[in-house]
Amino acid sequence: MTQGLAADVIVVGAGIIGAACAQALARRGLDVLVLDAGLPGATAAGMGHLLVLDDNPAELALSQYSLQRWRDIARNLPEGCAYRSNGTLWLAANAEEMAVAEHKHANLRAHGVICQLVGAPRLCEREPLLREGLEGGLLIEDDGILYAPATARWMLDQPRIRQRQARVAEVDGARVRLDDGQWLAATAVVLANGIQATELCPELPIQPKKGHLLITDRYPGQVTHTLVELGYVTSAHNASGPSAACNIQPRPTGQLFIGASRQFGTTDPQVEGWMLARMLKRATEYVPALAQLNAIRAWTGFRAASPDGLPLVGQHPQRPGLWLAVGHEGLGVTTAPATADLLVAQLFDEHPPLAAQAYLPQRFLGEPTHA
Amino acid sequence: MPELTLDGRALRVAEGTSVAAALALAGDGCTRTSVSGQRRAPLCGMGICQECRVSIDGRRRLACQTLCRDGMQVETRA
Repeated sequence: MTQGLAADVIVVGAGIIGAACAQALARRGLDVLVLDAGLPGATAAGMGHLLVLDDNPAELALSQYSLQRWRDIARNLPEGCAYRSNGTLWLAANAEEMAVAEHKHANLRAHGVICQLVGAPRLCEREPLLREGLEGGLLIEDDGILYAPATARWMLDQPRIRQRQARVAEVDGARVRLDDGQWLAATAVVLANGIQATELCPELPIQPKKGHLLITDRYPGQVTHTLVELGYVTSAHNASGPSAACNIQPRPTGQLFIGASRQFGTTDPQVEGWMLARMLKRATEYVPALAQLNAIRAWTGFRAASPDGLPLVGQHPQRPGLWLAVGHEGLGVTTAPATADLLVAQLFDEHPPLAAQAYLPQRFLGEPTHA
Repeated sequence: MPELTLDGRALRVAEGTSVAAALALAGDGCTRTSVSGQRRAPLCGMGICQECRVSIDGRRRLACQTLCRDGMQVETRA
C-alpha cells in the first residue's frame, strides 16, 4: 500500500456487490477498506435468488457466467450462507405464458442452460401445492438460493479487508470525504452502494424500486423449487405503476419466503398494507394453501435499477479513479461474482471473462473527457 | 376454570389466563424449539415479536394472544 493512502482501494457499500468486489480485490493482494453507512438497501432485504435471466443477451451472459461462479464459490460457503441448488420453476398460467416458457426454454438450451418444460399433468407432481389448471412450467435446474447478508459477511472476512461503519458525504475521483469531514484517499474508489449512489453521483441514472417481502413460520417439505410466475418477466420490467408477481421460495428452515412487488418513486421503507395484500393475493392464486399459513415478518427493500436493467460496471468516464458497480436491480445477488470479475479485470487492465461493453457506464454517462 | 392439555399433561387455570401464562405456570415457559434447537419463550407479550408461536389444537398460534379454553391441546414440542 502506498504511504498516505487509507487503502489501495476504498469500496463504498458492504452489500453483496461491494463485498464481492472487495473479496476479489483482496485476493489480488490489494488492501481494501470497505465503508458502509448501514442504510437500508437490497442485500439485507432481498430473497437471495440465484437465477439465470434472459431478457436480453447481455443479461443472460452476465447471469449465466455468474451462476457458474456461484457454483464454484458454493463449495467453500459456510452452512450459514444457506446455499441450495433447488432450481427455479417458472409457472405459465395460460397458453400465452406457455409460449413464453417454450421460447425461453429454446433460448436457454441454445446457450447450454439445463432446463426442461413441464406439462400441466407433471406440474402438480413436482409441486403438489400448486393450484389445478396451470398451463405448465419451465424448470431451470441449476438455479439456486442463498442467504445474502451472511454471504456478504463471509466475503468480507478476509485479512486484507478492513471494514468501517461510516457515511461517505462526497467522492472526488479516488478519494472520499466522510460525513465527519475526514478525507480518505486510495488508488481507486469503488462505488457499490446501490440506491444511495445517486447521493454521491447525481448523474447516475439509478432509480429505487421498492419491494415488499414476507416470510412465514416453518412448514418444512411443502415446496421444493423457487416458484415464479412467468408474468414476472412482464410485470417486473415493463410496468411503470405498482406491480406484484408470484415468487415463492422455500428456505432451508422450512419457511416460505414470498415476493415480489415493485413500486417506483418512493424511498419510504414503510410496509404498505395494500401492496402487501396485493402481492400475497397474487401468490395465493398460484399456491392457495399459503392462505392457511402464518406469516411472521414483512419488510421492504430497494432495488437500484438502471434504465436498461443492466448494471453499470467500470470506471466513471468523467471521474478518473472512481469505479462504479451499481444498478443491479433485483439481480445483484446473482450477478455479484460476475460484477467483481468484470471490475477487477478492468482495474488491472486485463481481458475480462465476458465482454464488458454492455455493462460499461459510458452507455449512460458518455465517453471519457480525460485522455 | 378451563382445563387444557399441555404437552400431554392436564392443567387447570383461572379464567382469562393466556396460553403464555399457562406455559410459565406449568411448563418450561417455552412455546417451541427453534431451527438451531433452542427453546424459545414469549418476549413482547403483545403479539408483535412472533417469538411465542405455539401449536394449539394443531394450528400455529401466538401464546400471548390466545386465552386458555376448556379442552385445548397445546404442544410446544410439535
